[in-house]
Amino acid sequence: MNTLAVQLRLQRGDFALDAEWSAPARGVTALFGPSGAGKTTLLRAIAGLERGMGMVKLARQCWQDDARGLFVPPSQRGLGVVFQDAHLFTHLSVRGNLEYGWRRVTQRPLAFEAVVESLDLGPLLTRRPAGLSGGERQRVALGRALLAQPCLLLLDEPLAALDRERRDQILPYLERLPVLADIPIVYVTHALDEVVRLADHMVLLDAGRVSAQGPLTTLLARPDLPLARRDDAGAVLEVTVAGHDEHYHLAHLHLAGQSLYVTGPAPASGARLRVQIHARDVSLALAPPTPSTILNVLRGTVSSVTPASHAGQVMVGVQVGEQHLLARITRKSADQLPVQPGLTVYAQIKSVALVG
Amino acid sequence: MELTPLWPTVALTLQLAGVTTGVLLLLGTPLAWWLARTRNRWKAVIEALVTLPLVLPPTVLGFYLLIALGPQGPLGAPWLQLTGAPLTFTFTGLVIGSVLYSLPFVVQPLHNAFGAVDQGVLDAAATLRAGPWDRFKSIVVPLARRGFATAAVLGFAHTVGEFGVVLMIGGNIPGETQVLSIAIYDRVESLRYDEAHVLAGLLLVFSFAVLWWVYRLQRRPDVDARP
Repeated sequence: MNTLAVQLRLQRGDFALDAEWSAPARGVTALFGPSGAGKTTLLRAIAGLERGMGMVKLARQCWQDDARGLFVPPSQRGLGVVFQDAHLFTHLSVRGNLEYGWRRVTQRPLAFEAVVESLDLGPLLTRRPAGLSGGERQRVALGRALLAQPCLLLLDEPLAALDRERRDQILPYLERLPVLADIPIVYVTHALDEVVRLADHMVLLDAGRVSAQGPLTTLLARPDLPLARRDDAGAVLEVTVAGHDEHYHLAHLHLAGQSLYVTGPAPASGARLRVQIHARDVSLALAPPTPSTILNVLRGTVSSVTPASHAGQVMVGVQVGEQHLLARITRKSADQLPVQPGLTVYAQIKSVALVG
Repeated sequence: MELTPLWPTVALTLQLAGVTTGVLLLLGTPLAWWLARTRNRWKAVIEALVTLPLVLPPTVLGFYLLIALGPQGPLGAPWLQLTGAPLTFTFTGLVIGSVLYSLPFVVQPLHNAFGAVDQGVLDAAATLRAGPWDRFKSIVVPLARRGFATAAVLGFAHTVGEFGVVLMIGGNIPGETQVLSIAIYDRVESLRYDEAHVLAGLLLVFSFAVLWWVYRLQRRPDVDARP
């Protein structure tokens, strides 16, 4: 297993970081938390740019183990970092930037042309970094990091400095990263929608400590985490494509033997997809609902009832097959039904979003 | 009217300024880099020492140098033992004096240029497999090239314009320690104003040209590209 294992302690003035977590060998691990939680510091410490105390290991490579007095400098770790500000080399052209790390490695499983093509960097090669837009800069920074043939890619809020439109332009490139490079990717962000779109695994960081870690779908469906207290709280569920309704332009999806319909083009039948269902878009009924404009109804079992962030609301966990979704309802309706664990309910879902 | 040959004096001045500039770049680069990056508590002390020649009368610096470089001085005595030659009233002595005297003119522009190199860019280079020396060569030097140019030009020009220190430790030996500024003083003392005119005019034009070039360099936008 190519797992990244991190165990780091670091003190900067009043701020103390004490984090122990791991990331799987494949896919994207989101390091998620509010501003000031220490995400960037932790990422920099993994890269060796900050000196923490503890241990950093990737597979059989050990980069830092203070118990043995081992600290490998960043230049010898063989990782790639994309910073919030691209930090391009202004004295070099885009090509010069891309070639910087490329020329300093000998084994190159990632071809120059492949990276340039997948990030659409061809038209930029002769340009100077000063003339690039924010989004173009981040693409160059991403290409530069990949071409150094890293065995671990660290992304530090690469979209935070961009406006909404440019963010949406870059996201598809980031989604393609795991296909391009089969390495663990750690993605630092405080934007939950980016996590939902990009990550498979999640580490929650709060005030310098790891409060939870695990598969994205598991963490998002847990009503006891701070995640569930957000207005945009909601579960991400894995579904299979069952078909496409040509007439109504709907994708037909399967979830634990039940059907879901989502507007938009359907990928190939049998493909596995993820949908996000916000807790605020789900209402619960005891009997199969009478016909209404609500298209999606899932039958499930109440697994938990937890106070929500607002005193007038509760967060209800509903198990559908092996997966869970969250419903935020008023405490009054919860008491009237009454909603309690074990109860069979029909979750009426106002909106379902395909997230990849 | 017969003019004393000017060429030996001009050549000596250029040679002194050239050697001094070379030594200053070699010493000033690591010093300025340290000053730009360190959080050491001695930084202010070192900065003050480096800047001292800007405010001290050259005679004060020259006086202490004369004592230090003299045959019984802490530098002059071991040098005399080692090489059999004194340091005072020699070209080597002039170089040592000029290096100290022009130090701030080289260290300041380099310090500014190094300070302007973003740490984030250096971090990025480090993660792209560049070790410290590699980063310095491939990132810092190209980004600070104007600082190097300014430092070299100012160091050179300031050494050419030096008078007090040279007079104190080098005297006025034609062909050995007589540089332009002293040659002018010498001509004026002996009332050879026509020769003084030529030399003074040369220095005036040279100094103006140098400063004009430095200011032009600082104004020019960053255009030179490398693939």
